[in-house]
Amino acid sequence: MELSGGEIVIQSLKDEGVEYIFGYPGGAVLHLYDAIFQQDAVKHILVRHEQGATHAADAYARATGKPGVVLVTSGPGATNAITGIATAYMDSIPMVIISGQVPSPVIGSDAFQEVDMIGISRPCVKHNFLVKDVTKLAETIKKAFYVATTGRPGPVVVDVPKDITDPTIKVPYKYPKKIVMRSYNPAVTGHKGQIKKAVELLLSAQRPIIYSGGGVILGEASRELTEMTRLLGYPITNTLMGLGGFPATDRQFVGMLGMHGTYEANMAMHESDVILAVGARFDDRVTGKLAQFCPHARIIHIDVDPASISKTVKVAIPIVGQVKPVLEQMLEFIRESKKQPAKKALAAWWEQIEQWRSIKCLDYDRDSALIKPQFVVEQLYAVTQGDAFITSDVGQHQMYAAQYYHFDKPRRWINSGGLGTMGFGLPAAIGVKLAYPEANVACITGEASIQMCIQELSTALQYNTPVKIINLNNRYMGMVRQWQEFSYESRYSHSYMDTLPDFVKLAEAYGHVGMLVDKPEDVKPALEEAFALKDRTVFMDFITDRTENVYPMIEAGKAHHEMKLRVAPGTTTDRELA
Amino acid sequence: MRHIISILIENESGALSRVAGLFSARGYNIESLTVAPTEDASLSRMTLVTWGNDNIIEQITKQLNKLIDVVKLIDLAESAHIERELMLLKIRTTDLTRAEVKRVVEIFRGKIIDVTPTTYVVEMTGPSDKLDAFVKTLDEDSIIEVVRSGATGICRGEKGLHL
Repeated sequence: MELSGGEIVIQSLKDEGVEYIFGYPGGAVLHLYDAIFQQDAVKHILVRHEQGATHAADAYARATGKPGVVLVTSGPGATNAITGIATAYMDSIPMVIISGQVPSPVIGSDAFQEVDMIGISRPCVKHNFLVKDVTKLAETIKKAFYVATTGRPGPVVVDVPKDITDPTIKVPYKYPKKIVMRSYNPAVTGHKGQIKKAVELLLSAQRPIIYSGGGVILGEASRELTEMTRLLGYPITNTLMGLGGFPATDRQFVGMLGMHGTYEANMAMHESDVILAVGARFDDRVTGKLAQFCPHARIIHIDVDPASISKTVKVAIPIVGQVKPVLEQMLEFIRESKKQPAKKALAAWWEQIEQWRSIKCLDYDRDSALIKPQFVVEQLYAVTQGDAFITSDVGQHQMYAAQYYHFDKPRRWINSGGLGTMGFGLPAAIGVKLAYPEANVACITGEASIQMCIQELSTALQYNTPVKIINLNNRYMGMVRQWQEFSYESRYSHSYMDTLPDFVKLAEAYGHVGMLVDKPEDVKPALEEAFALKDRTVFMDFITDRTENVYPMIEAGKAHHEMKLRVAPGTTTDRELA
Repeated sequence: MRHIISILIENESGALSRVAGLFSARGYNIESLTVAPTEDASLSRMTLVTWGNDNIIEQITKQLNKLIDVVKLIDLAESAHIERELMLLKIRTTDLTRAEVKRVVEIFRGKIIDVTPTTYVVEMTGPSDKLDAFVKTLDEDSIIEVVRSGATGICRGEKGLHL
């Protein structure tokens, strides 16, 4: 079969089993778009801004486990994609980004819409390729998918100069079935001896805790993790990226840990003697002050990326390998072992944890005359029976979503954890809805975040992706305001917006349904009404209490046991518990 | 501590910038960096001199290994090895100093490879500290130019870095 470069790209995507490309056309990719026009196996989703394309593709990957695919033009198309590429990179999301480039002969001449995409994207991709020869195009695309989806996943850019896709130059096409790269051999199974040692340590623990992260979701290991956790009877905490890796409604789940984690999760980490870290990377938002991080614990760390191990926290037993086979092996050793978890110590440990849990650190004023943002998330959880896909933007609403929507399944919680990208939520919801048209998809956002990619409301109409937008509107950049309240004596420098649009009208202008909700008693009926509108995108503008803060909080430079807790009813100061 | 990391890397355009970019992005130190193709034209060999505590060096080697183009690497400082650097020096000479400079060059087993009425060009190879020592023996004002290749190195005996 002889194909042009443009046709090769599309045919390769077809052979790779790609369902959707998220993209935006432009001069350097016109040949490619012509090839798209002449087929219908791979569906193209036209976004309104390249950042939206990357977030939608990224969320599609997070929800399905399949790589997301993006197509953008050279120059501004490529630079607009960078934020989304960096977002995917920080959260290890498999993605292939095909960017157009000016024709090879003019590269380096400051040609129209030229940027050095290879150079610009280099620090935020797992790898990138500049295609110099059309006969290597199919192989390069195969390599891109291989690198993006194996080992620790990540985004891979393929930069394609316009002349490579010239429709008049046809070359033989064959998509490689398999690819071998001598320089890239990601670890699969873990070291058996290390796993055995880990099991011994785990079974000898008196105050154990399992701390699992996004690696469990990416590595499709939540079944194994759940099985092992239940078998051991140990408490488990999830990172922001790891939510859904273990059922949040299970008694053994002590909530999220870290800066806005629960009191019980952070205290249990602090007092533990053995930690099993699974697919988590000891991020600064998780550890708090490093010098005081888990002072009594010996740590076992399972991660597919050797560079994640002992990067910030020294561990006793490192295990490099894919989380799933390592956990399978651990389960086998635990079952074979004559040793049992220390029953008495474990009972005492649980008693302690229940005591921490009993302070109910996530309680808030449910009798407020104003809509509390937490209340909206709780009602959303009730109305969707805890079974929706939830995307979010970044800020207070993101933390409320993580704290009050209890994720029982993996891949249901879609948020930008590492990079913290405002604008992520709406395009992400569109990407998820395309992957699962029958599922309920809600985007929990705020009036600041939503405006960063609001143009994608137009995309939502064009492709009929009826998502529900839950706008927790407190007329502030809430998280910025919260830090300013705590650390800058309430000097709210540029954290407010006093010229907000009428979001109801805005939604209607884009062809959707808009709802304004400003009374607590209207929250649930409005949500029910919105979700009953199965085939409409609904923008729900909830006017919430603008003074509300996210608790608990470990402020910068503090350790796990130095949490700031909510103001107790009837007092005026924050409760500091230690 | 000073480490010499020797890297076999795919001889692709941009490979060098991936290594250099990694060091600047993560705030690691580079004292010197040399790179050239090997007997296998598809591979380049890079020698990178850096310093840092054990944790930093561990991260540096892990992060380098993570680069898709890096095939293999070795920290030469971990075992017996030979280190060499090439230096070319242009020195201003006068009737008074010419003989003395020549004698010092001979002591350091260097070669004078260019002579004009007012200058010498000296070629010298050796471990980097030997080159430092030579430069120190010279009158600072007499040095016109110093060109150093950066260190390269190889393991002694059977041990080494090859496919």
